[in-house]
Amino acid sequence: MSILIIAEHDNANLKPATLNTLAAATQIGGDVDVLVVGSDCQAVAKQAVQAQGVTRVLLADNAVYEYQLAENISKLVIELSSAYSHILAPATTTGKNMLPRVAALLDVAQLSDVIKVESADTFVRPIYAGNAIATVQTSDTVKVITIRSTGFDPVSAEGGNAELVTLSQVIESQKSRFVGEELAVSDRPELTAANIIVSGGRGMGSGDNFKILDGVADKLGAAVGASRAAVDAGFVPNDLQVGQTGKTVAPDLYVAVGISGAIQHLAGMKDSKVIVAINKDEEAPIFQVADYGLVADLFEAVPELENAL
Amino acid sequence: MKILVAVKRVVDYNVKVRVQADHKAVELANVKMSINPFCEIAVEEAVRLKEKGVASEIVVVSIGPKGCQETLRTALGLGADRAVQIETEEGVDSLAVAKLIAEVAKTELPDLIIMGKQAIDSDNNQTGQMVAALLDMPQATFASEVVVENGEAQVTREIDGGLQTLAITLPAVVTTDLRLNEPRFIKLPNIMKAKKKPLVVKTPEELGISISSNVSVLSVVPPAERQGGIKVGSVAELVEKLKNEAKVIA
Repeated sequence: MSILIIAEHDNANLKPATLNTLAAATQIGGDVDVLVVGSDCQAVAKQAVQAQGVTRVLLADNAVYEYQLAENISKLVIELSSAYSHILAPATTTGKNMLPRVAALLDVAQLSDVIKVESADTFVRPIYAGNAIATVQTSDTVKVITIRSTGFDPVSAEGGNAELVTLSQVIESQKSRFVGEELAVSDRPELTAANIIVSGGRGMGSGDNFKILDGVADKLGAAVGASRAAVDAGFVPNDLQVGQTGKTVAPDLYVAVGISGAIQHLAGMKDSKVIVAINKDEEAPIFQVADYGLVADLFEAVPELENAL
Repeated sequence: MKILVAVKRVVDYNVKVRVQADHKAVELANVKMSINPFCEIAVEEAVRLKEKGVASEIVVVSIGPKGCQETLRTALGLGADRAVQIETEEGVDSLAVAKLIAEVAKTELPDLIIMGKQAIDSDNNQTGQMVAALLDMPQATFASEVVVENGEAQVTREIDGGLQTLAITLPAVVTTDLRLNEPRFIKLPNIMKAKKKPLVVKTPEELGISISSNVSVLSVVPPAERQGGIKVGSVAELVEKLKNEAKVIA
């Protein structure tokens, strides 16, 4: 068996989700190749070479791949596919965008958001916003799978010694072009990789009020997240959203502040090790999953918490 | 231009689903079903494009048992012009659904195909991308803004780091994110009008598409129960517990 992983990166750094995906691949077994496709992304390939468990790093470095558009990258993956029994990508927005296109071109099904490997053809994935867990078996010749990073502990980013292979194929994307992007900037740890997350919900009342979470987050070295209600109300940008339609997280500590705990939100965070809820409504569903609940006005409790840390 | 919108009938998002006792599937008997929220947003976007004079006709398609005719009527009530149901049993996989939609698109020849980014039952987030691949069309997934002009669509997408804008040449496939729009309520007269709008029923056989799947569900189980914990009386007690009991902060 041979496995191809499509690396998640921003042309400068290999993203941690790739290391979680490598862990899943290791459980499937067989040689693991990592495809780094982008523009001016030599540094990413070097990082991939050092990751544990990688046999070869395939580098496709060309300006046409700069924004990782699904249209041409899927065709590149298809050209490589005949050598592989499994094609994996992290279940990030990039992976989710690209991989079903690969699957359809190969005329095979795709398994999304896999959280557990049972065997080389049997996998576990959540359905219904995480309210049911399905075990599925596929007889497709090539198994195309996105991996939920929180389901697998990452492999070490160091100590590997893969062979670096440079690919020459250049496939242009003719019908899709990049116009612009607005990326949120933050000094804090990345949401999906943070050990501690402090999240705010509708109870925060306004975007300005989110600043009171910053003090706590800074003291804990935590990332700041948000519920869909807070994002929809325009308090914070959508890339902070935790939930079924946002990011899935599983930190050691998740502090939910002013979040009621709708199913949609729980789907994104209920695998956290310890959950703390601060909410003035003691009937809020979040208390049913919280290890420690504090019924209090968040505008008093949060500054008090900051001082206590 | 013509817009094709795909809609799915799913368990209503407010329902707390239960797993069947035999662990084969989720209980669907006597459970409230509704249009998938992302699909509703797709229909709303198509209707808005028609109201702006960009689109001239909206065709909605749904795949599944007879019950999905209700979902199609909902879409017609929202403002779609006509509907196509492809009658199948429950549980057709994404690839087969994509093939059926692509086949409908080959006869309808839409300039734009709009679909939800994912169904809230299977949570796959695959079908739109697969339809685009099968038709060799460009795609813009997770859209939060769509502007159609000069034979292309400028689509703002929600990506992990923020937002990205792509320009895709029509015909193309767009999948909707939650922030694209807020679907309207259907007024009673529109429900009445929707009953008179054309709805044709086809079968996968008529379209020449096999819906067999290479994926089988071995079991469906409830997730591990998370026990509710304790309530603490003060911030000081909370910090003490996190330090000494849970040991998650130093």
